[in-house]
Amino acid sequence: MKKYEKWIEIFLFICATVATLSVFLITFFIFKEGVPILKSYGVFSFIFGTNWSPTNGEYGAFPMIIGSIGVTLGALMIGIPAGITCAVFLAEIAPKSMVKIFRPAIELLAGIPSVVYGLFGLSIVVPFIRIYILPIIQKFHPNAYTSGYSILAGAMILAIMILPTIVSISENAIRSVPSEYKEGSLALGATHVKTITRVVLPAAKSGIIASVVLGMGRAVGETMAVILITGNMPKVPGGILDSVSTLTGTIAMEMGYATPTHQKALFATGIILFVFIMFLNMTATFTMKRMGEK
Amino acid sequence: MSNTKIRVKDLQLYYGEFHALMDINIDIIENKVTALIGPSGCGKSTFLRTLNRMNDLIDHVKIKGNILIDGIDIYDIACDLTHLRKRVGMVFQKPNPFSKTIYENISYGPRIHGIKEKSKLDEIVEKSLKKAALWDEVKNRLNKPALGLSGGQQQRLCIARCLAVEPDVILMDEPTSALDPISTLKVENLLEELKREYTIVIVTHNMQQAGRVSDYTSFFLNGEIIEKDLTKNIFSKPRDKRTQDYITGRFG
Ligand SMILES: Nc1ncnc2c1ncn2[C@@H]1O[C@H](COP(=O)(O)OP(=O)(O)OP(=O)(O)O)[C@@H](O)[C@H]1O
Ligand SMILES: [Mg+2]
Repeated sequence: MKKYEKWIEIFLFICATVATLSVFLITFFIFKEGVPILKSYGVFSFIFGTNWSPTNGEYGAFPMIIGSIGVTLGALMIGIPAGITCAVFLAEIAPKSMVKIFRPAIELLAGIPSVVYGLFGLSIVVPFIRIYILPIIQKFHPNAYTSGYSILAGAMILAIMILPTIVSISENAIRSVPSEYKEGSLALGATHVKTITRVVLPAAKSGIIASVVLGMGRAVGETMAVILITGNMPKVPGGILDSVSTLTGTIAMEMGYATPTHQKALFATGIILFVFIMFLNMTATFTMKRMGEK
Repeated sequence: MSNTKIRVKDLQLYYGEFHALMDINIDIIENKVTALIGPSGCGKSTFLRTLNRMNDLIDHVKIKGNILIDGIDIYDIACDLTHLRKRVGMVFQKPNPFSKTIYENISYGPRIHGIKEKSKLDEIVEKSLKKAALWDEVKNRLNKPALGLSGGQQQRLCIARCLAVEPDVILMDEPTSALDPISTLKVENLLEELKREYTIVIVTHNMQQAGRVSDYTSFFLNGEIIEKDLTKNIFSKPRDKRTQDYITGRFG
């Protein structure tokens, strides 16, 4: 009996070690492959260079950095208000019967493969922007043009993709606000809406922030959907209707045919992405921890 | 001399099928402390919460009968809930300050009722904290989180928060049950001060407390009022056997 348990312990230990080791291995590997070119090409010229043309040995990743940031920010601008409103509705306003339908539906969004989002974006959102949104913009700027493959399209699809993350974590945070706070506010004569905006949301702040950061991580890391709808132009965009490439999209698309140096440059792109996401994750853990302390 | 502030007539309350309050009839006298006593689960909190309509928050609650405050039926559809709760404040069993600063906790009520000027708010904060006998302890840390206060201070903060919206009536549901004896004493002394300006209804499980702080006492049992009278009569010569058993600690 004793011996049997010992083996189980060893097995569990090995599993844990493998998981931990893989993180270190991946980190080490990406840095090993990417750091040399950052050194020889120059970190500054890599990050701020605006010309990405691997055939000419030009590796300025700035357009992709802006592309990734632009698409992510856009997704957040749409996803945060939509997600938080939705969470408030589910946690505070909707009757139980409605929650039973809405919540699983939103959670289902998380299970749809990203390439399907890409296809949806490609066949619905991109033409929608070209046919309906462009004419509106053209009323003010007659020279405006877009193929529809754009930051806006990417942002719209990513917003939907990060919705489940934002909604479910925020809803949890809102629900875990002690009902004593709410009663305290209502007993002072505050309306339900005032109680939500002045007491409940501030008290759920750290959970909501964590949900946003996690959603942001998902948006930055998303690859497949973005490849299909942002147009993949390694050019610094002039507006939200321009096509862009993202860090993830570029790596995925170019790795297949890249020359050795080009490959290294893609690894360096990976480093930027990696640092970015690490930072986001750390912020998330940190805010979650602070929420736990309260 | 003694005016009726709240008149409860034939009040019935159901939680779904469960008949939680039966035929409640009681007059609550202005500028007096009325204590509600009775064993656990007899409906004291439920009754207290009918007075500022906090039971409205619970699903499946059905209420019949009338509750008149200053002659106006608070369950009338024309009654403005916000206004009612501004006039009838509530202090809960567990101190429940918001996770905001001390200042924000007190100014919260006045602000939602439309007071914006900083000077006015400052004045209200100071006045309310003084009335709740908390000012001297917190005047130098108004911008510190309220949750950093001790339990007893938090409860007085909640009383101050309630006073800040200038109610006429204060409902207290076992306000000292989570407090140590010294904090309890402070809150009890406070009641003595407050009843000059406010009508107070307090639920308590502590017979000595009921005896010390209240002018009138009502004894609840299984959703009914068994006996209501001047506190000194209830405690010296209860008319009902069950009241006597309860206050002498023979059950409940
Ligand atoms: N939300 C609710 N739904 C259904 N029944 C409830 C609800 N709240 C209270 N009750 C029931 O109503 C009765 C009275 O409850 P109430 O909380 O008013 O008692 P109480 O006298 O305040 O007791 P205690 O001294 O323990 O606080 C109890 O039997 C309780 O189980
Ligand atoms: Mg109770």
